[in-house]
Amino acid sequence: MTRKRRRLYLLLLCGLGLGSATALTLTAFQDNLVFFRSPSDIAREAPPPGRAFRLGGLVEAGSVTREQAPDGRPSARFRVTDGPTTLTVTYTGVLPDLFREGQGVVALGRLGPDGVFRASEVLARHDETYMPPEVADALRRSGHWNPSQGAAPPAGNWNTMAPTASRSGS
Amino acid sequence: MIPELGHFALALAFALALAQSTLPLLGAHRAEPRLMAAAPALAAGQLLAVLAAFAALLWSFAVNDTSVLGVVQNSHSAKPLLYKLSGAWGNHEGSMVLWVTVLALCGGAVAAFGRELPSALQARVLAVLGMVAAGFLLFILLTSNPFARVWPAPADGQGLNPVLQDPGLAFHPPLLYLGYVGFSVTFAFAVAALIEGRVDAAWGRWVRPWALAAWSFLTLGIALGSWWAYYELGWGGYWFWDPVENASLMPWLAGTALLHSAIVVEKREALRIWTVLLAILAFGLSLLGTFLVRSGVLNSVHAFASDPMRGVFILALLMLYVGGGLALFGLRAGALSPTGLFAPISREGSLVLNNVLLCAIAAVVFVGTLYPMFADLLLGEKISVGPPFFDTAILPLAVPLVAAMAVGPMLSWKRARLWPVLQRLWWAALLAAGGALLCLALEGWRVGPVLGFAGGLWLVAGAAADILDRVALFRRRPFSPLAALRRAAGLPRAAWGAAVAHAGLGVTLLGLAGMGLAQERLVLLHPGESAALAGREYRLDAVRDVIGPNWTAREAQVTVLRDGRAALVLRPERRFFPVGRTTTSEAAIHTTWLADLYVVLGEERDGGAVLRLHHNPLAPWIWLGGAIMALGGGLSLSDRRMRVSAPVRAAPKGTGNGSRGEAVAGT
Repeated sequence: MTRKRRRLYLLLLCGLGLGSATALTLTAFQDNLVFFRSPSDIAREAPPPGRAFRLGGLVEAGSVTREQAPDGRPSARFRVTDGPTTLTVTYTGVLPDLFREGQGVVALGRLGPDGVFRASEVLARHDETYMPPEVADALRRSGHWNPSQGAAPPAGNWNTMAPTASRSGS
Repeated sequence: MIPELGHFALALAFALALAQSTLPLLGAHRAEPRLMAAAPALAAGQLLAVLAAFAALLWSFAVNDTSVLGVVQNSHSAKPLLYKLSGAWGNHEGSMVLWVTVLALCGGAVAAFGRELPSALQARVLAVLGMVAAGFLLFILLTSNPFARVWPAPADGQGLNPVLQDPGLAFHPPLLYLGYVGFSVTFAFAVAALIEGRVDAAWGRWVRPWALAAWSFLTLGIALGSWWAYYELGWGGYWFWDPVENASLMPWLAGTALLHSAIVVEKREALRIWTVLLAILAFGLSLLGTFLVRSGVLNSVHAFASDPMRGVFILALLMLYVGGGLALFGLRAGALSPTGLFAPISREGSLVLNNVLLCAIAAVVFVGTLYPMFADLLLGEKISVGPPFFDTAILPLAVPLVAAMAVGPMLSWKRARLWPVLQRLWWAALLAAGGALLCLALEGWRVGPVLGFAGGLWLVAGAAADILDRVALFRRRPFSPLAALRRAAGLPRAAWGAAVAHAGLGVTLLGLAGMGLAQERLVLLHPGESAALAGREYRLDAVRDVIGPNWTAREAQVTVLRDGRAALVLRPERRFFPVGRTTTSEAAIHTTWLADLYVVLGEERDGGAVLRLHHNPLAPWIWLGGAIMALGGGLSLSDRRMRVSAPVRAAPKGTGNGSRGEAVAGT
């Protein structure tokens, strides 16, 4: 076998490897990219039905109720807020240790036809002062929190509270 | 006082590293033996200085010196000593000190064991290692001083994150770093070879032990991290395709490719350019891993307090080293003319296939890990890429890789025929098909487990077939196990190592396949009630309070019944750590080696407790396989040929540099 021939084989093999990796990546991207949405985003534009996405915001104070799913499994229902909008979430499973009312939360799941978000996963964070960056961003976008002015206000009065300085100024 | 000494030792190490990165390079360029001989001495000096700094840091944590900021933020006097010490590297600053300590250890090892190297090569390798060390020492000194003081000193520290207080995680970072940093040595060898413009079989023989050692440690580190996630995080999962996990997987994939292509360089002097490139890439991916974890750019449970300055600095270092390495590669790779002819179907050909597939997988992981970051930066869109992406994109690449893995080692060098090899593997193929069919019959069509069982059995049986073939147990007449045993003892350890490592991956695949069949059940039980899962009854007896050294807990007593008889008692806990005001779940795990019974205690409500029951078939095999793979690496490493001192090159054929092969009297 000549050198040229061998090089051709090698290049073909490498091209095949790279090509299949690219093709696989692109097709997998198409179905499996998970977008992040805040409750306000969803109110503005509902995501396509059946498509999984991540929902983030603060757990509204006093909104958590524990119930039992029809098959007897323990579940929880709570509301997630980013200020202007809230969204009801149901989750069947053990809530993470650091799940608290008034704290930032990120949940993975789908929006049901009744407008209730069915979480398949509620993300655990190992620090109680930790605010997921997407949630911080969503709160900033909704104009309810300016991170440079300190910690987020308690979620209990988010919906009744007068808009913060950043809004009244405009 | 001790922390100041540690800080001073770091500065001293930086100065020594600067000298180490320039003088030997100059010496090698001018062929001045005395300057070259300074390299091992400087490396030893740097090692001593860095060790002193590391010892000072450990001491500060051991005595809980609360005037040191790192101790205040990450330690507490009520912690057991092991976690006080592991707290030293459980934070950003300390872990960077560990990083340079491991790097200095590698430099010291090159200085100590590399006496058989041509002195110019050794000088250049140590110089490159010195450059890497200088960059990271400067990073520590400028942006993350581990010895920063606070005044007034608080009465006690704030404690280490409770999930990190675990023996598995005490050893996970050092092992991982041994792997990451080990690739800096192969990188240094690659750069030195590019400067010299020569890569030959001897170079391959010097690089391979380092690649092997780094790979073995990285394998152990990843397996340990995955095991920790399994038993400590309490989600019942072992791999989440979290960016930080991917950060360690990418260098592992590139390192695995490097390990295999270095074989071709050593045996056949082919694929030389490619191997040099891989060595640069493997180190680049290790640095990328460090950058991803340390800069806090990632939205992940591992993310440390983010500091843009640090991220920019590590990114600059990354560009400097990888960019510099690649630029040098572009300039000098032409000097390495391709050599070594081989047919597509040959041992070399199979190793090329291995490299192509491993690199393709690494590329997929790379894109999946970094794309969300770029999407955030460029498009302002918050995206995450989860397990489904990696599963669908990697599976089609992993299938041919595993299929070829059992065949490759049995092909002969240069030119081979596929059919005779396949004939010798017929029983492995039969076993694999049987496993897949059994899984199909019992569990129905589930892609992952079916392919996993087939692949795992294929690899284990293939490795066995390879060894049986080499010792000619069934081929020689008369049938004589004793003679075969003698031949087995005479086999090179590298052959054993390869077979063991391949079988180890097979064991891991079997474990993954078993976990694909895991069952889970979520129940609310009152004391005395029970729930069934996978043929067993789980009865909640009681929930009570427990007090530990630095935590209090609620502990459930769960009796597992089989056929109505009590088989064992599991005690899952929910621990509350008053110092950090955090709660963690301690899963109760009982392993039969064929399955794990895994119970997590959730919240308590209405006088009952929420329990999550898992039945995880073959789960321990995942990490057992990792340990077997690392063992294979170790076996291969103990091969006599790996030791450079082995009499393989009695007369150095160096004429290129004048100084090559000269006795290094100065060391």
